Amino acid sequence: MSPLELIGGIAVLVGGLLAVVGGIGLIRFPDFYTRLHAASVTDTLATALVVLGLALMASGVLVVVKLVLTLVFLIATGPVAAHALAKAALHGRLQPQLAREAEEDRSSST
Amino acid sequence: MPHALSLGLVLYVLWLLLSGIYEAWLMGLGALSCAFTVWVAARMDVVDHEGHPIHLRWGRLLVYLGWLGREIVVANIQVVRLILSRSMAITPTVAHVPASQRTDLGRVIYANSITLTPGTISIDVRDGDIEVHALTREGIEALLEGEMDRRVRELEGEPG
Repeated sequence: MSPLELIGGIAVLVGGLLAVVGGIGLIRFPDFYTRLHAASVTDTLATALVVLGLALMASGVLVVVKLVLTLVFLIATGPVAAHALAKAALHGRLQPQLAREAEEDRSSST
Repeated sequence: MPHALSLGLVLYVLWLLLSGIYEAWLMGLGALSCAFTVWVAARMDVVDHEGHPIHLRWGRLLVYLGWLGREIVVANIQVVRLILSRSMAITPTVAHVPASQRTDLGRVIYANSITLTPGTISIDVRDGDIEVHALTREGIEALLEGEMDRRVRELEGEPG
């Protein structure tokens, strides 16, 4: 096993673990909006590590190019989907569950 | 016209990279399909400065992406810590963050950068400000310092 393959393997492993952590957050966080934050861990660093790790293990430049393009498109479309979800929830009048002091700020300002 | 040229060029480079077979016949077919796609896009009137933002300062964009990548890694570590901590000390906050970009494209880049950074999500975009939901109060405070806002504003060139 070459050192590049080793580093790639470690990156894929760490990325996979991060995806699991994102899943745990999805269950532990209290409401829809905070759960979106947990999902964005899986969206960004976990995906990047898995794809870049695979790129390090790949044979041939063209495969690497395709993997990097996959990452570029995922990074470009991920936030659009997350924003669409959050905006849909907001317009559907789903109230975010806020921290206590933030709740007080809100009620004193209105 | 420069937008159409840039679209055709990007399409053809993409086609070459994805195909991987460099024979005259296939490369000719690729060039033809790229030209056809540009023609269709031009007829649909979608070849403009929003679809092909060649006026952006691309050198600065690379610097920005590097900076954003670092921010994303740092934010990821913070959110992972929160997820795994026993007490889960989150303070979800909603606030309006000023967005000083002059163009729609600049605002989109800013809003997407906010969403891409774990711990903050843009939930509504208006002229001049963005409504952000943050996992912690600190997330909002960091945005209000305005470094990301300034960096995105500096990417904007003159839209042609």
